[in-house]
Amino acid sequence: MELLERFAAGDVDAFESLFRQHQGEVYRWIMRIVRNTAVAEDLTVETFWRMYRAHASFDQAKGNCGAWLRRIASNVAIDHLRHARREVPLPDDLPATAKQPLAEQLAMRHEIIRAVNKLSPRVRAVVLLALVEEEPYERIAEALGISESAVKVRVFRGVRILRKTLSQAGVHP
Amino acid sequence: MKEPEIEDLKTVLKYALPAVNDSELQRDLWPAMLQRLDQSAIRVPWWDWALLAALAGALCFLPGMIPALLYQL
Repeated sequence: MELLERFAAGDVDAFESLFRQHQGEVYRWIMRIVRNTAVAEDLTVETFWRMYRAHASFDQAKGNCGAWLRRIASNVAIDHLRHARREVPLPDDLPATAKQPLAEQLAMRHEIIRAVNKLSPRVRAVVLLALVEEEPYERIAEALGISESAVKVRVFRGVRILRKTLSQAGVHP
Repeated sequence: MKEPEIEDLKTVLKYALPAVNDSELQRDLWPAMLQRLDQSAIRVPWWDWALLAALAGALCFLPGMIPALLYQL
């Protein structure tokens, strides 16, 4: 019996094999949206938990397991952004440039992150995936369960809001 | 909106939020997953507790129900 078939029948060993195969990929996907290692780890477990609960409804003929997991992971990550209202953390490294003093760089980064945090979770996820991580629109669309044109609309909306918020804060991209 | 405007914003965003697409999982999450599975296996849904509490309350206030209940069992 195939691995996916055994998983669909509720076999825990098959689930473990799938978990080990896909945990890294799911973690990386969630990390791109939440940008926090501890949260990404928790949400990876939550993603597989939802997958396990829905094992009976997994249709092997419809698509691959990776795509299904990415879809669940995206929903889990967006739910997290929606409920936790946690801010995207600042990166630890701050390379100093000759052009700007460190304090000014920090202030600018804070403004940019504040502007990103003002976006709605669904738009924020698309902006981070498309503009920061440079994921192809097709892949984002598949993971979010929307069309490519809907992804473009969200990117456009996000860019418009970000430009407005940033220019109000004195940051001109 | 023009493509260069999007590219400029992309540069600004990446300045504040570097891409994390090369971040690797630092530990195996299977033990955490097993813990989650175990917790769910022994977890009793809240409505089961509510039903039990209602039954206990009914038996306390209406002890006459006990023989009827035993008869039904």
